[in-house]
Formats: sequence, C-alpha cells, structure tokens
Amino acid sequence: MTIDRLLEGLRQRDPRAIGRAISLVENGDESAEIILSSLDENLVSQATILGITGPPGAGKSTLTNEIIAKLRHQEERIGIIAIDPSSPISGGAILGDRIRMMQHATDKDVVMRSMATRGRLGGLCATAGAAVRIMASCGCSTIIIETVGVGQSEMDIIRLADITLLVMAPGLGDEIQAMKAGLLEVADILVVNKADCKGADILAMDLEAVTRKGSATPTQVCMTVATEGKGVTELLDRIDKLDSEHRDSGERQKRRRGAHNQEVLDWCLEILRPQLLDKIIKRKLSVLGDPRLKAKKILEEK
Amino acid sequence: MGSTQKYRVLIGKPGLDGHDRGAKFIARALRDAGFEVVYTGIRRSPEEIAAAAVQEDVDAVGLSSLSGAHMRLFPAVVEALAHAGAPEIPVLGGGVIPEEDIVALKAAGIVEIFTPGTPIDTIISAYRDACEKKSTG
Repeated sequence: MTIDRLLEGLRQRDPRAIGRAISLVENGDESAEIILSSLDENLVSQATILGITGPPGAGKSTLTNEIIAKLRHQEERIGIIAIDPSSPISGGAILGDRIRMMQHATDKDVVMRSMATRGRLGGLCATAGAAVRIMASCGCSTIIIETVGVGQSEMDIIRLADITLLVMAPGLGDEIQAMKAGLLEVADILVVNKADCKGADILAMDLEAVTRKGSATPTQVCMTVATEGKGVTELLDRIDKLDSEHRDSGERQKRRRGAHNQEVLDWCLEILRPQLLDKIIKRKLSVLGDPRLKAKKILEEK
Repeated sequence: MGSTQKYRVLIGKPGLDGHDRGAKFIARALRDAGFEVVYTGIRRSPEEIAAAAVQEDVDAVGLSSLSGAHMRLFPAVVEALAHAGAPEIPVLGGGVIPEEDIVALKAAGIVEIFTPGTPIDTIISAYRDACEKKSTG
C-alpha cells in the first residue's frame, strides 16, 4: 500500500488502512511521521481514553466486551487496544484478548488491535499512544486500553488513559495484594467483577477501606458480573460522570499533559538508544570501572 | 528478522468443531519460534476471521479444522479475505485432511496444508516463508 493510498484510507476510516498504519508505527517505519502528522487532532482531543487493568483472570476482556456492547447501543464508534506480554525468551506472544470479544468482530464500528509488549521499556507507551491517536482520528469516540496490571511498562500505558478502571475478582488474593500493587494510586474506579461469587462483598469492603478518601479525585468501588452484563450500565454512568467532572475541573487536561510529556520522553529515549549504543560500542570501553561515570562522560560530550 | 519487525499471524478455527488442541499447539509453537500470535478461538465464521486478520494486520492466517468441513470453510476464508480487501494475506491450514483434498485446497488458494504427523519445524518454516513472501511481495 502506498503512503498516499494509506492516508486516503485513513480518511475513509478503512479498517485495512487503520491496521496497516498501526503496524508501520509499531515497527518504527519511516512513514510513521507522515501518518501521525496527518491525523485529526480535534477528534484526538475529544475522544475519551479508558484504561482497564487488573490481574490475569479478573475478567478484563469480558468486561470490555460488555462495555463495547453497551456503547454500541449508543451508536458510538469504539477502539480497543489489548496488550499482552511478549516472551522474554523467544520474543513471541500469544494475543488472546479477542476470544472474549469476537461477537463484535464484524462490526465495522469496533476497531480492535492486539499489541505485544515486545520487551520495550517505555517504547510500548509511545506505540500504544500512537495507536490511540490513529483510532481517535478515525472516528473512535471511546478508546479502551486493556492491559495486565503488573510491572512498570503497563503502569506507564495506563497513564495514557483519561479514566482508569482496576478490575479485581474475589479469590485472586486478599486486599494486601491490591495495596502492594501500587495500582490503587492510579485507578479511578475499582471494579469488583464476578460479584456473584463468594467473597465479593468482603473484597469490596476491603477495597473501600483502602480507597483514596479525601483526595480531590477519590476512588470509587463498583460491582459487576461481566458474564451476565450486570452492573455494567451503572459502571458506565459512573465513568461518564467522572469524565465530565474531570473535564470541568481541568483534571483531564492535567493528565493529558502529563501523558503527553511522558510520550515525548519515550520517543526521545527510543531515538537516543541506538545512537548511544553506537557511541558506547565505538569507545571500546574496558570492562573495569564505574558504568555510571562512563555514561555521564558519554552524555557530556557534544 | 529485525528487532522491531515481528511476524504477526492469526490462528483460528472456522466452523463448528470445538477440538482446539491442534490450534493451540500450533499457536504455542509459533510463539516459541518468536511469532506474535493472535488467537481467536473456536467457532468463528470466515467473515469474523477475515475482519480480525485485517484489523490486526497479520502476515498470515492459520486455520484448523477437524470436522471434515475444510473443503468449504478454508476456501471461504480465502474469499472473505479478498472481500475484506486483503487478498494478499496468505492462508495456511491443518487438520485431518485426506490427500485428495489437499490438491483441491491448494488450487483454491490455501498456501500449505498440514496433517497429523507433519513435523512442527516444517510447519514453522512454512509460516515463516509465507510471512516473508507477503512482506516482500
């Protein structure tokens, strides 16, 4: 596909062009700049970015599927970016989030993309951010980023979101797990999924106790049974309300700025990494001595 | 394969049979060979598989069928891909497939057919070849 045809395809919101564009950006192709600078910034700034995170098996994909179904009733066009880990050994990945969302596969207004972490430190944040913008520019008014909430890179991705849900389920560990995960600090809404299972009430109570009370942006607890669609309408109402509060108070803008700065930093590092590695190799450094000192020297030279 | 260029493949089961051991085995083997595998699970229509392949911008689609419906379903996926504007995405297939059907399936545009007993290394290199051919073609 030529770049002109690709850009025309993006204007037409053609799924083939959207898929191709995300791949080119993900693979660091030279055309990425042309693609990303052709986007409709107005649509990008209007779209709502929803982060959904939580431990494996909590029901994130099933909940996402239900959220898509409800939003589609309101005629919204939805984008989904589902992130799964790459193997540190082979570099391969199984991207399986689609299994729970196949009912929307042939819906032209549901744009879904699976993404592997590819072992990038922050680079994933930059790539996921670019995918969000491509989807928003192609008319997606809500974009969901779904990721397993463990590790720093996943936390960074969640920063891209305007509103973040932390999905938990009874039986996956006590409230101490949630407290030590550090995720509570970034989550706006704590969702107790599988609320029909034993231990859901206790988990909800435990979570209530550790929420950010008294903060300007207090955390809320919601109960859902995603497999039956229960509680999802109430959850979406909360998300809507919170989103408009954040738009009014300037919180949304503040977060967008923070995320944007983070993305720019990520790109700086992505660009610098190969250049720096090149410099380091050329110097034929001895294996003795302080690596930190050597790093400072390399950075100081013009 | 460069550090940023990764081959992405979709593995799915069209039709109504629910025996996904083979599909999962291939998915795991491809993962271990460094592929990014989008797994769509069982009981998919050819149109669903094609739509997912387009959105995910995969380099190849792998199908599994153990029900005997491969003669209808595999070519239907090839057609659905062409209809979705992605005729260049190669389709590979595996399952309990008789010799005489393989010729017909290849004539219908399926790049490679694997049967019980095909060594996994053969399968992986066939996927790699198909992906390579697509990205250079």
